[in-house]
Amino acid sequence: MPTVLVLATFADAVPSRATLELLTLARRVGDPVVVVLEEVSEAAAAVLAAHGVTRVLSVQDPAFDAYLVAPKSEALTQVVDAVGPALVLLTSSVEGKEVAGRLAVRLGASLVTDAVDLDADGTATKSVFAGGWTTRARGGRDVGVVTVKPNSVTPEPVEGWSPVAVEPVAVTLSDAARGARITARDPRAGSGRPGLTEATVVVSGGRGTGGDFAEVEALADALGGAVGASRAAVDAGWYPHAYQVGQTGTTVSPQLYVAAGISGAIQHRAGMQTSKAVVAINSDGEAPIFALADLGVVGDLHEVLDAVVAGLKADQA
Amino acid sequence: MKIVVCVKHVPDASADRVFADDLTVDREGTDGLLSELDEYAVEQALRLAEAGDDVEVVVLTVGPDDATAAIKRALQMGVGSGVHVLDDALHGTDVLGTSTVLAAAVTKAGADLVVCGMSSTDGAMGVLPAMLAERLGWPGATYAGRLEVADGHATIVREDDTARLTVEVDLPAVVSVTDQSGEARYPSMKGILAAKKKPVQTWDLDDLGLDPADVGLGAAWAHVVGAEPRPDRGAGQVVEDRDGSGAGAVLEFLAAGRYA
Repeated sequence: MPTVLVLATFADAVPSRATLELLTLARRVGDPVVVVLEEVSEAAAAVLAAHGVTRVLSVQDPAFDAYLVAPKSEALTQVVDAVGPALVLLTSSVEGKEVAGRLAVRLGASLVTDAVDLDADGTATKSVFAGGWTTRARGGRDVGVVTVKPNSVTPEPVEGWSPVAVEPVAVTLSDAARGARITARDPRAGSGRPGLTEATVVVSGGRGTGGDFAEVEALADALGGAVGASRAAVDAGWYPHAYQVGQTGTTVSPQLYVAAGISGAIQHRAGMQTSKAVVAINSDGEAPIFALADLGVVGDLHEVLDAVVAGLKADQA
Repeated sequence: MKIVVCVKHVPDASADRVFADDLTVDREGTDGLLSELDEYAVEQALRLAEAGDDVEVVVLTVGPDDATAAIKRALQMGVGSGVHVLDDALHGTDVLGTSTVLAAAVTKAGADLVVCGMSSTDGAMGVLPAMLAERLGWPGATYAGRLEVADGHATIVREDDTARLTVEVDLPAVVSVTDQSGEARYPSMKGILAAKKKPVQTWDLDDLGLDPADVGLGAAWAHVVGAEPRPDRGAGQVVEDRDGSGAGAVLEFLAAGRYA
């Protein structure tokens, strides 16, 4: 079986759901080996082992937090040289894709980004042109690098696993990797909601909110989802840019996408069209978003969302 | 200071975009334009030129004949000159090959700063600026919502899901900018007229010292083996909200899909 190297990302010291998805896909192709660019607790290693990991490599270096991207990519290159995988899998986050791009250059490897599925032979499926086309691509080199969008598969644990020891790995970083110095880091005030790219439910508000996101946030919270915003809402200053869904913001692919007061310009559709199910609420019955909604409601979004949240609370009571 | 702005000529996203028989993007059937996200890169370069003395801005693109339209648009916006890397052998070049070609062209042109858009609007991978920095061996400050250049270094502010980062790089460096960096200008009538007299150089692979065997579809690192238009989602159910019927439909949908 070929080795598949997975770059794990952690949230609060435990493997992210996106990482467990990568492991589920990795097992189709070969034996997953995980590399983590931080300290790995026994509990975290157990979660990885329960998802079929045969080795857990931990690389720690202060440069990972002090500089942008390049040290992580350089470290990963050295791990690839040591492990010799046929395939390297990363999450399709902004950082994951940049690490992957630099890694592909360093290795002379093939690169496919934003895959939504992976075959046993490493062929990756992805959605392009604002979700209008589905392509399948295969690496033509010894090593392939593939980034996978979160929410592409359901993470599946394996049966009968045993604990895996964490192997510390030392790397030597070049001066060139220390070129982009992080001189300040202001953590965003925690919203208590899941991250936009990893959320299984995203509720987004647009121009139709008129700037009032109260119901949008309330529904997101009732469903344990993330809040998103259209470019119009962001440009109006109603919601921060980090929450923008679309071509110039974040691309999301949740199980459920709720578009409230969003007309559905192509730039927005490009960022959410691969969502598994779409609910649209808009007062304009001609809005293009209805063409790709599984359920469309023509009406006042504030009233509809308010009643939906009340209904959900009544069910839970 | 010399700034090179990398731009891409892309199929219009609001038109029907399709693949050709060789599974490369069909550029014949769709009108092309300067990638919207690259306009922000042009804008930032122009602002730096307006704010500083002796700043030269060059727009650089790799693409077929009609990619010259992207250069023209940048010249109309105010960029001083253009470079078009044009060679039949480039057809089907993937992002790894493109980063090789751009790195060679940036080196030949000479640059203190390379500014890119955060992503193209067609391939939309968002990896090229990082790859270009890697190939040049320069620092990369990517996804800048704000860009300042002074005293031989660039400072950017980058927002991600968890934090706002301030990042500093010494020049030469590669920077990519987001749509938050500042509204891109429209060409003025004066700019449109002036653009006609601005120099555009055309370089082929020979000029860049590159081997045609290393680029193009045949040398692509990844091969597209299938491309299909996605089946229509099929029109879903659309209901008019009357007396709470809209919320009722949503609640039913949520329950049926086990989302709630």
